[in-house]
Amino acid sequence: MHVIVVGLSHKTAPVEIREKLAVPESRLREALSRLCTYPGVREGLLLSTCNRVEVYAVVEDLESGYGRVQEFLADTHLSLSSEHLTPHLYWHAGDRAISHLFRVASSLDSMIVGESQILGQIKDAFEVALTHKASGLLLNKIVKKAISVAKRVRTETKIAETAVSVSYAAVELAKKIFSNLTEKTVLLIGAGEMAKLAARHLIANGVRQVRITTRNFQHGLELAQKFNGTAVPFEDYKTELAGADIVLVSTGASHYLVTADDVQRAMRQRMSRPMFLIDISVPRNIDPAVRPIDDAFLFDIDDLHMRVEQNREDRLREAAKAEQMVVEEVAVLGQWLQSLEVTPTIVALRGRTEEIKRREVEKVLARLAHLSPEDRAAVEALASAIVNKMVHGTMVTLKAEATSSSGAAYVDAARRFFSLEDTPAAYPPAQADVQDVAEESGAGNGATRFSEASLVPHTTKEQSRRVS
Amino acid sequence: MSSVFFMLTMGLYFVSTVCYLAYLLRRAETLSKVSLGITAVGFATHTVALVARMADSSQAQLPTFHEALSFFSWMLILVFLAVEFRRQLHVLGSFIVPLALVSLVTAAAFRSDGASSLQPVFKTLWVHVTLSMLGTVGFAVAFVAGVMYLIQDGLLKSKRFNVLYAKLPALDYLDHLNQQSIVMGFPLLTLGIISGAFSAEIVRGTYVNWNPEQTWAMVTWGFYFVVLVGRLTIGWRAKRAAYLTIIGFAGVILTLIGVVLKSHGSVS
Repeated sequence: MHVIVVGLSHKTAPVEIREKLAVPESRLREALSRLCTYPGVREGLLLSTCNRVEVYAVVEDLESGYGRVQEFLADTHLSLSSEHLTPHLYWHAGDRAISHLFRVASSLDSMIVGESQILGQIKDAFEVALTHKASGLLLNKIVKKAISVAKRVRTETKIAETAVSVSYAAVELAKKIFSNLTEKTVLLIGAGEMAKLAARHLIANGVRQVRITTRNFQHGLELAQKFNGTAVPFEDYKTELAGADIVLVSTGASHYLVTADDVQRAMRQRMSRPMFLIDISVPRNIDPAVRPIDDAFLFDIDDLHMRVEQNREDRLREAAKAEQMVVEEVAVLGQWLQSLEVTPTIVALRGRTEEIKRREVEKVLARLAHLSPEDRAAVEALASAIVNKMVHGTMVTLKAEATSSSGAAYVDAARRFFSLEDTPAAYPPAQADVQDVAEESGAGNGATRFSEASLVPHTTKEQSRRVS
Repeated sequence: MSSVFFMLTMGLYFVSTVCYLAYLLRRAETLSKVSLGITAVGFATHTVALVARMADSSQAQLPTFHEALSFFSWMLILVFLAVEFRRQLHVLGSFIVPLALVSLVTAAAFRSDGASSLQPVFKTLWVHVTLSMLGTVGFAVAFVAGVMYLIQDGLLKSKRFNVLYAKLPALDYLDHLNQQSIVMGFPLLTLGIISGAFSAEIVRGTYVNWNPEQTWAMVTWGFYFVVLVGRLTIGWRAKRAAYLTIIGFAGVILTLIGVVLKSHGSVS
């Protein structure tokens, strides 16, 4: 059983290829069921965004699996052939595939590192795979883990904290002046695209009062409706200044619409309440002479650009930390995957039952001190017989299903039923041998050794908890 | 015992100050946690030191300058811990902890005489000292908020978006902190002065005799009164308020120096 990913992204393929390969939401279901009909493909998940198209799959055989998935991708668009695609594709398997998904989910592989959209897109893709039962035990676990890794990256690094667009930089600056944007009023003068976007970001961050003024009053009214704000006649914008905490200016005017005098007057009326002015217009619409006025903070497009540039550098620094986290988490998940192997599970199961038996026998024998050595042996034999009969069926099933398609599911179920989660994924073979020998030579001795072995996993306890 | 804990506290505050100052310049967030931990431990030992000291000097009944300053430093850390707890404003520690350390070191300088020969500096009641010191704590926090405000204002104006910019909170929060501190500190200082006048009457027979220390206290009080009224009525907020509270705190320090000089006989 192999976990693989085959796909392409903005890093490997131009938009002409990506747009052809992209699967619209309406056809996602059909595509997924087609994917699962390929022989040897056990589980599948299709992630299709404007920057990447990737297929995550669990396949029986690595080489043929790669081939099938590539075939599937080529089939999604008539004009694409497999040879056509090959130079743009990447293929990863096992830990590398998992690591790739973790990196994608944590937005480390995004065009804008740290953007948050991708996580939502992965959740959606997962949702579709779940509803159509395209994903199974392995992919479910891996994708859920990817989502939690992405969340961990977001909370433990500052990768997503900083603004990477000019319009968002305005919000970030506003937050350094006003701690709470809900009670603040935004005045939008003119309706340049960037200013509208900034206004939208501000509203998303809590601003409720939006006043809009444009030369074309009708246009202003329309915008006001869109932003749930109030349109103000353009002639009044100077008197509106005093009531605005945040002023966003972007008009096509070739002169200064807001002068230092205007701001000075507004500041007096505002009794020194700080005012945040953003000039996104080129040529500028706010006189730079506003800058030295106390408690008025003016930023123009270059300032915002500079901020974005700095943030980009910060993000890259944070990305390095996130990469480290991904490495750690892949290792944790790798352990879980390993635990799905049958042999260590059987060994662990034997160890667990043996331990329970030993404890119970000791408890009983301590109370029955009068028993003769023969009777004691009989009690122990009884306990062994019960325990062995109890788990016999499970062992046989596990061995029988080891090579079947649902082998992993059986192993996982067995580990849960018998609470083997905190036992190590794989015992060193030597110890397993000891256990086998001990079993033959009588329970007591071996059990003691085994209980030592079962103390070992405490280091992995924490990790297995994080997996689950 | 009190002196052992006192020295321990001073050591802890010193280490914490170093950590907090380093935190100002570094990105590492763990540094703030380390500093906070050290400060919290320091606060605990400080509490023990203060309680032990009070137990020791219970027969003396009168607070000394050392105790007043130590109490001031303790309150300052308490306020910081409260704000940190509610707002996670780590950077506040970088400003308040050094201030607490300075006042503690000053307190240490007035301790050397030993318990027996300690001259009671304030010929007054505990109430007067406690209230005045609580008022002073308010002004100290306002001062710190003012300094932080001016730094953040300067960074925003000059568009230097550095580590410090990222760590300092929003301007209006600092302004709010400034206002709250004065609103809390002013009535306490007022009560402190009134109780001081009463105790002066008991000790010396006059409410006020306009010695430099008292004069300074009245000037400081009047100054903060104007600042507070100005803020509430004609909008002396933001940058102006920051400047005014810094000047006001300088007045407070001068008053305290006056108290010390008087107690040492340089000023009659």
